[in-house]
Amino acid sequence: MTSVALAPDTATSHALAVEDLHLAYRVRGVPREVLRGVSFHVRSGEAYGLVGESGCGKSTTAYAALRYLPSNGDIVSGRILVGGADVTCMSERELRQFRARSASMVYQDPGSALNPSLKIGRQVAEAFAILGEDRREARQSAAAALRRVRIADPERVMQRYPHQLSGGMQQRVVIAMALACNPKLLVLDEPTTGLDATVEAEVLDLVRTLRNETDAAILLIAHNLGVIRSMCDRVGVMYAGRIVEEGDALEVFEAPQHPYTVGLLQCLPRHGARKSERALFTIPGTLPQIGTPLPTCVFVDRCVLADEVCRAEAPPEVPVGDGHFSRCHHVDRLDQIPEPTAEESTTGLAGKIVIKMHDVSKTFHQHGHAIPALVGIHLGLTGGETLGLVGESGSGKTTLAKAMLGIHEPDAGGEIKLDEHLLAGKAANRATEDMRAIQMVFQNPDSALNRAWTVRRILLRTIKKLAGVTGEAADTRLNTLTDALRLSPRHLDMRPRQLSGGLKQRVAIARAFAGDPRIVVCDEPTSALDVSVQAAILNLLSDLQSSESTSYLFISHDLGVVRYLADRIIVMYLGRLQEEGTTDQIFNGPHHPYTEALLSAVPSVDGEPSERIRLTGEIPSPANPPSGCVFHTRCHRFMEGTCDVIEPPVVEIELGHRIRCHLPIEELERTPIVAV
Amino acid sequence: MNLPLPDPSTVSGLLETEAEAAVVDAPVAGSPGGTPPVDMRAERRQARRERMRLLLRRPGFIVGSALLLFWLVCAIGGDRITPFDPINDFELPNTRPGADHVMGTDQLGRDVLSRVMAGARDVLIAAPAAAVVSVAVGTFLGLLMGYYRGWIDEVLGRIIEALLSIPVVLVGLLIVSSLGASRIVVAGAVAVLFTPIVTRTVRAAVIAEAQLDYITSARLRGESGLFVMTREILPNVSGAIVVEFTVRIGYAVFTIATLTFLGAGIQPPSPDWGLQISDTYRLIQAGHWWPTLFPAMAIASLVIATNLVADSIETVSAA
Repeated sequence: MTSVALAPDTATSHALAVEDLHLAYRVRGVPREVLRGVSFHVRSGEAYGLVGESGCGKSTTAYAALRYLPSNGDIVSGRILVGGADVTCMSERELRQFRARSASMVYQDPGSALNPSLKIGRQVAEAFAILGEDRREARQSAAAALRRVRIADPERVMQRYPHQLSGGMQQRVVIAMALACNPKLLVLDEPTTGLDATVEAEVLDLVRTLRNETDAAILLIAHNLGVIRSMCDRVGVMYAGRIVEEGDALEVFEAPQHPYTVGLLQCLPRHGARKSERALFTIPGTLPQIGTPLPTCVFVDRCVLADEVCRAEAPPEVPVGDGHFSRCHHVDRLDQIPEPTAEESTTGLAGKIVIKMHDVSKTFHQHGHAIPALVGIHLGLTGGETLGLVGESGSGKTTLAKAMLGIHEPDAGGEIKLDEHLLAGKAANRATEDMRAIQMVFQNPDSALNRAWTVRRILLRTIKKLAGVTGEAADTRLNTLTDALRLSPRHLDMRPRQLSGGLKQRVAIARAFAGDPRIVVCDEPTSALDVSVQAAILNLLSDLQSSESTSYLFISHDLGVVRYLADRIIVMYLGRLQEEGTTDQIFNGPHHPYTEALLSAVPSVDGEPSERIRLTGEIPSPANPPSGCVFHTRCHRFMEGTCDVIEPPVVEIELGHRIRCHLPIEELERTPIVAV
Repeated sequence: MNLPLPDPSTVSGLLETEAEAAVVDAPVAGSPGGTPPVDMRAERRQARRERMRLLLRRPGFIVGSALLLFWLVCAIGGDRITPFDPINDFELPNTRPGADHVMGTDQLGRDVLSRVMAGARDVLIAAPAAAVVSVAVGTFLGLLMGYYRGWIDEVLGRIIEALLSIPVVLVGLLIVSSLGASRIVVAGAVAVLFTPIVTRTVRAAVIAEAQLDYITSARLRGESGLFVMTREILPNVSGAIVVEFTVRIGYAVFTIATLTFLGAGIQPPSPDWGLQISDTYRLIQAGHWWPTLFPAMAIASLVIATNLVADSIETVSAA
């Protein structure tokens, strides 16, 4: 993806050149250093990615490029040149002109970047009106801009309000606005985080095509390394306010030359790794707090290779290839970083069925309309097994989990059986014994923990209610739990906001395990966390499972994670089961066309799948599901006259592998093998 | 700028909390178990001191609390600290403000300054009392409505809407005239008037809170509704309740003055401010503005003072 005919390589000709940037935030009057000499440049037409854990300064760098800093942020020294002009010494007026004409930014959440009370047409036209066009011209330009981001029917979209558009469409509109001024620099700050994998693929495709049409320099920030790999020419790895490694994206991901990069990449379940094969690597420790003086190597406290040299002097930029450098004293010793050890873990070996859902449906009623969110679900979960649940948002994954937990009472007719006895539909009507058997780990630990309570109170209350013990016995249980979750006793008297994201999630997991549950529902437990923390949490979940032989219902949109952890997988679409099988069956095929599309949508750190199947359009409204096969409106193997008329039966193509599709296996097998 | 940029203040706020989290978190991960235990009480004391420091930095808070303190001293001191007896000391009537009587005298010859100072007592008892009652009842109802929703919310919601649609003064007058005029009845009337408003605020806060996952988690371990409302939700909405309380005191001062002005509240010869204004406002045409203006200013200063304090507390607790 290297662009040809780039501008000559001098500081002033770069679309963006950041030179030795030092930046500090004043916290209670004390300046704390966030960026410690960041230098990089992006040429016109080039895409440059910044990666690193949250708090490493990548967003600050991006905002600084537009000199858009909070009131307590000060540029201490250094220069930021955009198209040769120094942003750091512009007056307010020049800065406004610069932001209107030379640079644009696209944010994480398109929903909040658009004004909810203005029609799309007016908002996009506004971007052109600023450039001096009159009303009619601006409207025409707006239509053209929307067409440019591949919106087929701009006139109609312009008449709509933001909430009437899907997330993918909203992000297209935002990108159209960002491109209005033909910027020299386009900053994308986590542009696809929070979007479904299929929508993400759609947006990324768009950005990729647009790259060939503009000569804007792109600065991309994403915590998803797969996105960076698939989009960027070059990548800079940031740690504690410094770029520790920079180079060609492929080279950095394939042959990282800095211990931190090596660690980050090893945190990911790559190349189809499974929990039975190896534990995930974790980087010990956490990012130093902003403002900590780090006179030597910034990574020294967490580096396994650190020695006296590292503690004594700051490493220089060591060239390790063409345009590839690493800020490390020990580039030659990288092979000494220990591989994570393969751990013996028992995976769900055909044990006894613990929980069984038989023909469970859930219909919501809203304004007199019935909305079937879950239709005729059958599933069983054996002891110590992990069942992965995948599908786009709106496919009914969470509804299924909540029906099992008794948060949503299923429709009459369905049965949920724990061991052999029937469970009440509502959690409140279940016996304590049944309640403690099924617990949940939520996606967002901030929302899952009571902010007003200390960790001790959260855990002790749960132990009292679920384990049914108090006093000394409860304290013993508490100690066992904190040990198992690797929480220190000191954390017990803290409140959630004093803990980092990873620690909060550990407390939430400890709470779920407080009453020795048989089944734990994990609803995207790591999606709000950094990769290094995600690895630790996944290892922990895997350890707990092998010691307690708990079953997991594991919901995730990250197929790499599901593949790593799950023994079996269920693919859902519009509240219906589409495919079910062991992890190998699901990933190796033959696939349901929907699974096929899901698998090919995911950008991966290991490179692109050989062939891409793009899902177009949005998931239909469950209130009004398509006739026949519910997936036929988006299916790339759609057969007219069959799929839109008859609902396909569920066919068991091999033991335990069921697919709901009209196509014969021979046909389904003729699919490109897709790697995740 | 062709795109809306996020509010920089939130960006900086985020950074500060992240930094705090990192402070606590860092040592643990670096050297597991080897760090000395932090004295949590000292830490909380530190946090309280920090909040106080932030408050004292705000000019609004200083001015507001100075004014409040002044009126408190007046209310507690009563006729022991006023230059003249506010009720029974009849001097020369309608004296202009001057050296003897800084704020002049009223039509009966009573010293206006003394009456304004002494008048703080009634209102400073009745207004907080009304606020306490309305906040207590409003919190209870707001918790019920916001947590259970459903028919409770429907029914109470309609009643509240109905109450809010009747003009405040009318309801007040109705209550006071049917139950008789006394300090307690006035405070009670104001409490009744304010309860629906407090309920609405608390309900909104509770609804937002009840959607969070920790409430689901509480249900999954079989907690009772009462427990969830009082132990789980209440501490998390207490900030909103404190702010509502301070704001309500300000409005209560105002409403009580209005009711007494209309003759439906505290009765003469009490030096209540509203009463003073209603006794003297007709004299403005005769050029005697001082017995009306000074109690009016007293009302304004007290309302503004409570609002300044409320505003500062809200800002600091939100940061």
